[in-house]
Amino acid sequence: MIWRRLGRLIRPLIRWGSLVALTVFGLAACSLVEIEDAPLTTFEPAGPFAERIDAVFWQVFWIAVVIFVLVEGGILLIVLLFRDREGRKDPRQIHGNNKLEITWTIIPALILTVIAVPTIQGVFDLTECGDDAMPVEIIGHQWWFEYRYPDHGIESASVLAMPIDREVCAYMTSADVLHNYWVPHLMGKRYLVPGQETTLRLQANEPAEYWGHCAEFCGLSHSLMRARVISMTQADFDAWVADQQQYAVPPAPETPAETGLKVFQEQGCTQCHTVDYGPDYQGTNLVADEFFNGPNLTHFASRSVFAGAILPREGQSWSDGLREWLANPPKVKPGSFMPNLDLTHQEIEDLIAWLDTLK
Amino acid sequence: MTATAERRPATTIFRRPRSTTGFWGWITTADHKKIGIMYGYAAFIFFLVGGLEALLLRIQLSSADNTFLTAAEYNAAFTMHGTTMVFLFVMPISAAFINYLLPLMIGARDVAFPRMNALSWWIFLFAGIFLYSVLVFSDPAAPAGVEGVSGNLDPADNTVLGGMPDGGWFGYQPNAGPFYSPGTAMDYWALGVQFLGLASLISSVNFIVTIFNMRALGMRLLRMPVFVWMSLVVALLLLFSLPIIAIALFMVTFDRQFGSLFFVAEAGGDPILWQHLFWLFGHPEVYILILPAMGIVSEVLPVFSKKPLFGYAAVVFAGAAIAFLGFGVWAHHMFASGISPVAQAAFGLSTMTIAVPTGVKIFNWMGTMWGGRLKFTTPMLFAIGFVAMFVIGGLSGVTHAVVPSDWQQTDTYYIVAHFHYVLFGGSVFGLFAGLYYWFPKMTGRLLSEKLGKLNFWTMFTGFNLTFAPMHWLGLQGMVRRTAYYPPEAGFDFWNLVATVGAFIIAAGVLIFMFNWWRSKKHGEPSGMDPWDARTVEWTTPNPTPEYNFGVAPTVTSLDDFWHKKYAEDSEGRPVRRPEAEETLTDLMETGIDPPHAIHLPAPSYYPILLAAGIPLVGWGIIYHTSLVGKLLILIGVLVVAAASFGWSMEPLEEPHDEHDGSEPSGDGYSSPEVDA
Repeated sequence: MIWRRLGRLIRPLIRWGSLVALTVFGLAACSLVEIEDAPLTTFEPAGPFAERIDAVFWQVFWIAVVIFVLVEGGILLIVLLFRDREGRKDPRQIHGNNKLEITWTIIPALILTVIAVPTIQGVFDLTECGDDAMPVEIIGHQWWFEYRYPDHGIESASVLAMPIDREVCAYMTSADVLHNYWVPHLMGKRYLVPGQETTLRLQANEPAEYWGHCAEFCGLSHSLMRARVISMTQADFDAWVADQQQYAVPPAPETPAETGLKVFQEQGCTQCHTVDYGPDYQGTNLVADEFFNGPNLTHFASRSVFAGAILPREGQSWSDGLREWLANPPKVKPGSFMPNLDLTHQEIEDLIAWLDTLK
Repeated sequence: MTATAERRPATTIFRRPRSTTGFWGWITTADHKKIGIMYGYAAFIFFLVGGLEALLLRIQLSSADNTFLTAAEYNAAFTMHGTTMVFLFVMPISAAFINYLLPLMIGARDVAFPRMNALSWWIFLFAGIFLYSVLVFSDPAAPAGVEGVSGNLDPADNTVLGGMPDGGWFGYQPNAGPFYSPGTAMDYWALGVQFLGLASLISSVNFIVTIFNMRALGMRLLRMPVFVWMSLVVALLLLFSLPIIAIALFMVTFDRQFGSLFFVAEAGGDPILWQHLFWLFGHPEVYILILPAMGIVSEVLPVFSKKPLFGYAAVVFAGAAIAFLGFGVWAHHMFASGISPVAQAAFGLSTMTIAVPTGVKIFNWMGTMWGGRLKFTTPMLFAIGFVAMFVIGGLSGVTHAVVPSDWQQTDTYYIVAHFHYVLFGGSVFGLFAGLYYWFPKMTGRLLSEKLGKLNFWTMFTGFNLTFAPMHWLGLQGMVRRTAYYPPEAGFDFWNLVATVGAFIIAAGVLIFMFNWWRSKKHGEPSGMDPWDARTVEWTTPNPTPEYNFGVAPTVTSLDDFWHKKYAEDSEGRPVRRPEAEETLTDLMETGIDPPHAIHLPAPSYYPILLAAGIPLVGWGIIYHTSLVGKLLILIGVLVVAAASFGWSMEPLEEPHDEHDGSEPSGDGYSSPEVDA
């Protein structure tokens, strides 16, 4: 009888069901198409740790989908079957049913127990770094990430280079407020906490460039604190390390680059930025004050992005990105510690010429 | 009692206010219904403010690299949106429902401490005004970054809106501390939330005492309506969680104002300590926000299903279990913070257990509707909407308990989607169900059903359009609390959809406001029992008389009013009792014309006066280095002290009150009412 009644209720089904179906399933279906071009997506794990998380996610997701369909379907069914209509008798006054109560307490508890197993395994497997992992120190600043390679004695900013198929253990801390390091293709998030050390395991399968983002609100320009990770073969990585271990090469005399270096010194940029010309350099040493820590620029031009991985923008040339930045840093990145120095057009061009020598 | 006639206290500051109507009637009232109504209107105004902030956020996010808001304005807007919706809308509007309905539902004349009730309302209002006074007093030029090593701001980015608190409603340290949020904005936030907590704490004590002491004859604990049970649970949650945030906020204020270094890592302080304290309050707070709505839904579903609530005891105990477990899950907000794997596993498990009692509630609500005779009135639509949307929020909530999965999802829009499904699809839909359902109790009229249904479907559509896409935006990697995203991130389309959805929600809210405004004057008269209801608050005329009940009700069962109207036949189907109409007429008559004199809590000036001193102290603390600040603290303290003194000297009732003094008073209440 219930089913005959259901048959008569096709019309309300359209009315009620269409909306739910349209909003929920329609959007979900479209989204699967959209997800393909998102550089921060969590759906394209590219390393063993992210793959492990992805597997757990889908396991739970499909269980959730089944429960979703059963419960929402149940609600829809109830709404269709028991809507008030002419000639319906008043319902029997049922106050409850203990067997049912016990059932719908135990079944969810069992489902949760099933979910709990991969959860706990995942936590313990993914937290502690492996013994032969390559250490990298990540230091959060408002609003850029600093990288130090203790095994190689090099420093970088905004771009993390790492070999493929080798675990990197990030030892992280913050120079100011809380930050949160996140490269979705490689691993979940972990905070960078001032005064504490946290660790994060990263590993990539293929040579590629991945996007990252600071995920904890860290003040005015939190949205502009991004990151890049470049994974490369071990050979490429070794070559990169060898490059980075070189001192910078002083600009030739009487070139725009040399003028740029002078601008750099005269404007007080060395208060925050270090450029390491090595012990044999004859000019003024360019070493930042410990307290005012800006990115180390020794190999600035070897990085694919700068200013917290926001410049150059998509389609913008490296030089144009630098022009935009040097003209007014706080305009590009509100609250930036690099002030607007009111540089002239010529000064900016000279600076760019000099910065390009810092390969 | 007669003795008070001769003993007029020698020390009074003000004469007892006389008027019970008009402006001064509202200012000095101790009537739980008037206080509830004021709570409701104030909360709704803050809902509109928080909603406008949400629209600003949505406009900013509608396209990549949008320049509609500056970064400072965006951060301020999301901070104040969260703070407003949590502390100035959902909590006080729940307080409005509890204030108005709790005494009616347990058959009492008022709450246990009527003047304290007025005090908590006025503190709430002044705290809300204090918090938003930041717009007037804050210096928008407050620099970002470390004091003395200040970060730089383009002059064009200095705006008034950007001068509001911008450290997040969660106020994570050290970003919201003295060095990284200089200026006064976060002081307004810390003290404003502190005062709001004070208001809630006073209410919670009042509600607990009321529930345990003021129930009508025969209203045993397990005969109380579920809404009353959920009010009790919420009051207990408030009582135990607010002291935690109070201490944490004092620590912040001391860090910011008096040079303590609780959260400053360089001095050995611990930024993570703030997170533990905040979420130890903050997670119970989530249940403080949802449980009143769950109570409302548990009242509405049975009435429009024409069936008793399925598994009453299970629903009550599930609510209590959720509250109890809610104190043991706070660190699931911190799975990425670097706490030990053992702690992560433990909090993951404890979080999962909450799904069990939550499921019990959902299944019981479905059981209530199963086999019923469902009338899809507006309150019923909102209640069913609540259940359907809460299921989605609950399921995404379980995915957060899966710790490794949460490492990817935390701090993304997936979380924003989740808690809006719980707090908008859940709390707000539940509260709207309540507004439609109990509107007659306040006005004696019904809200328009036609507009109501339009209201529901607009909000339901807008809600899903806004928040469903946030699930996939989050899984695509869109980070929370970000003002900008680059075009190549691929977030444009769904953000635009969400923005359109937000405006559809706004349209729904406008429809509701129009409905309210029109129905207040022109709505269909409701009579005493418009919904064929089950609980005691419908046994008195609408709008509710000042004294609530002509004769105090006596309760013999759960859903007592229903059983006065209906018997059951051999099949268990309800049969209207032949004497039902007579019973209703009797109730109506005694409600309109009580047979005995009734004494009510007298109005008083002192609650509003005492409350007025508190924001003065707040401003004083913020500007305490100046003479004006010191004077403000002094004046504020004096006002509070004077009001407390006057209050304590004020007799419970004036000697000339019409009260014959014979005890028992004959109105059915055997003991004199407790007063404060």
